[in-house]
Amino acid sequence: MSIGPEASITDERSAPTDDPAAERGSGEKAIAGRSLKQIAWRRLKRDKVALAGAVVVILLVILAVLAPVLTRLWGYPINEFHGDQIDPTIQTPLGAYGGISKDFLLGVEPGSGRDIFSRILYGAQTTLVVAILSALVSTILGGLLGLAAGYLGGWVDSVISRVMDFLLAFPQLLFAIALVSVLPDDLFGLDGRWSRVIVLIGVIGFFGWPYIGRIVRGQTLSLREREFVEASKSLGARSGRILFKELLPNLAAPILVYTTLIIPTNILTDAALSFLGVGIPPPNPSWGGMLSDALTYYTFDPMYMIIPGSMIFITVLAFNLFGDGLRDALDPKAR
Amino acid sequence: MLSYLIRRIVNAVITLLVVTMVTFGIFFAVPTITGSDPALLYIGKTADPASLEGIRTKLGLDDPIPVQYGKFLKGLVAGRDYANGADVTHCDAPCLGYSFKTEQEVTPLLISDIPVTLSLAIGAAILWVLFGVATGVLSALKRGTFLDRAAMTGALAGVSLPIYFTGQLALLIFIHELGWLPDAAYTPFLEDPAGWFTGLILPWVTLAFLFAATYARLTRANMLETLGEDYIRTARSKGLPERTVIGKHGLRAVLTPLVTVFGLDFGTLLAGAILTEQVFNLRGLGYQALTAIRQNDLPVILGVTLIAAIFIVVINLIVDLLYSVIDPRVRLG
Repeated sequence: MSIGPEASITDERSAPTDDPAAERGSGEKAIAGRSLKQIAWRRLKRDKVALAGAVVVILLVILAVLAPVLTRLWGYPINEFHGDQIDPTIQTPLGAYGGISKDFLLGVEPGSGRDIFSRILYGAQTTLVVAILSALVSTILGGLLGLAAGYLGGWVDSVISRVMDFLLAFPQLLFAIALVSVLPDDLFGLDGRWSRVIVLIGVIGFFGWPYIGRIVRGQTLSLREREFVEASKSLGARSGRILFKELLPNLAAPILVYTTLIIPTNILTDAALSFLGVGIPPPNPSWGGMLSDALTYYTFDPMYMIIPGSMIFITVLAFNLFGDGLRDALDPKAR
Repeated sequence: MLSYLIRRIVNAVITLLVVTMVTFGIFFAVPTITGSDPALLYIGKTADPASLEGIRTKLGLDDPIPVQYGKFLKGLVAGRDYANGADVTHCDAPCLGYSFKTEQEVTPLLISDIPVTLSLAIGAAILWVLFGVATGVLSALKRGTFLDRAAMTGALAGVSLPIYFTGQLALLIFIHELGWLPDAAYTPFLEDPAGWFTGLILPWVTLAFLFAATYARLTRANMLETLGEDYIRTARSKGLPERTVIGKHGLRAVLTPLVTVFGLDFGTLLAGAILTEQVFNLRGLGYQALTAIRQNDLPVILGVTLIAAIFIVVINLIVDLLYSVIDPRVRLG
């Protein structure tokens, strides 16, 4: 399966002339920058679907942050066994629909009777942290390397481009599994859960940077030939200033869009790794891990598969809707 | 053309060398740094020091890592002898060594897995290209209608659904609830074509749904862009029938970027439809890879990665060559 966000190939072509900010010279940059934000915000406000996506995302983040509180209010500790909820012979929950009841809002796990509600909430914590922070890692790496490749050109460009092509044409999932499985379980004195989160952020972030890097490189290539860069150069500006004060603000829109669009992909990868048993180590809860356990039980207790599956679906869909809306708002021609 | 081909093949070989080097590094160097011993993995923790030393000599694990890598490459090209005193085992080229766990030769083990993954990937690819492109084209032509919106909503749902969820749903509905199909399983095509088909149809459809969604979105976007081009207007004003305008002029430009994406996707899929094989319990390359990684079976991991990389590199080469056929604007050079 493709790990990166789709459509990167066409997007590289529909480069900077589509970007409203790039149409303007450096003289009115301050005003233009703000007005682009205003235009985009106005468009985004009209896009009901994208806003719905944003609301769901915010809601999920709140749920994840408040997981300990919500668990105390309406759930049971994540690793507390409730054998009394389980049919002792066939190991499935006693109640209907996977044991959903007033006490157990989303039912109980088959076999052990652990509370699914609190495990879903704690699973949201790791999933969101991994997905968002690894997107940041990809953005920083991809932004810097793409900028360097596009602006410096020459051998720097050929080396970086070659590495990007190489990483894109690569059995990435295979390598992610391999890398995650050889790295040690405990890092920096953190427990298994959070040290694995750091490993996942690193690995997923690393494999994602070429997607952003290609786009940034493509945009930089054409931006650096524009008059405002030349003007800045003729005024004696150093490379650092041109890169970060002239080029980077013009690249902010595509970078923002692709960072948003890489998050849902990262959620799927993170869940896939947990599904394959190399993600968040049990007994810590993860959505992918629950789906992996569900393989044993889905014929007797489908709810245990449907709940985490739907959570992944809703989360990924919400990020996709918001990301698409953001792209349409910042770059209307891409539609 | 010939010089282009030679350059590309040299490039492909370099890529393969880098892939094996990186894999070798990850699996042979990292355990050494973190202090676990490959010989222990091979023989188990209960081994006595003497047999452990014997294994080390036989597998050449005492050599420095570059030397081990050199021997691995030699085994690939010319075959290799594993010797420990009088005890010599010969492994024919292309030799990928012996599994640490089952002590089987890796090369035949992996070759027997290829048909499973290949059947899975080809069947799914046919489905997703047909449905994805057709949906995308229809959506673009009927832009803004109910059909377009329904198709694009479905496609968006498709790209947001992981196969380890849809696969289980499909198994539950079509096999356990409705009983329409037998359990998903692989039967060799030559033995029983009908069994091959019914055993794989569910994995195909599930996998194809996922990819078709991506392709439908891509095709629609490209088609809309293409329909705005001057040459489409020219074709229409020449009085060509709409079917020719869309089918010959439009579709051709739409297919070009899709071919690249297809090359990447198909290559990666052959490289191990790990998730699909895991969900449907098919014993292909992906399943083998996962088992090997879980058991730290280094030679098998190295073998799967190499085969995967070969698939990806070869398919990308084919795609680049196809490019010049599909898009007359592209010149190889």
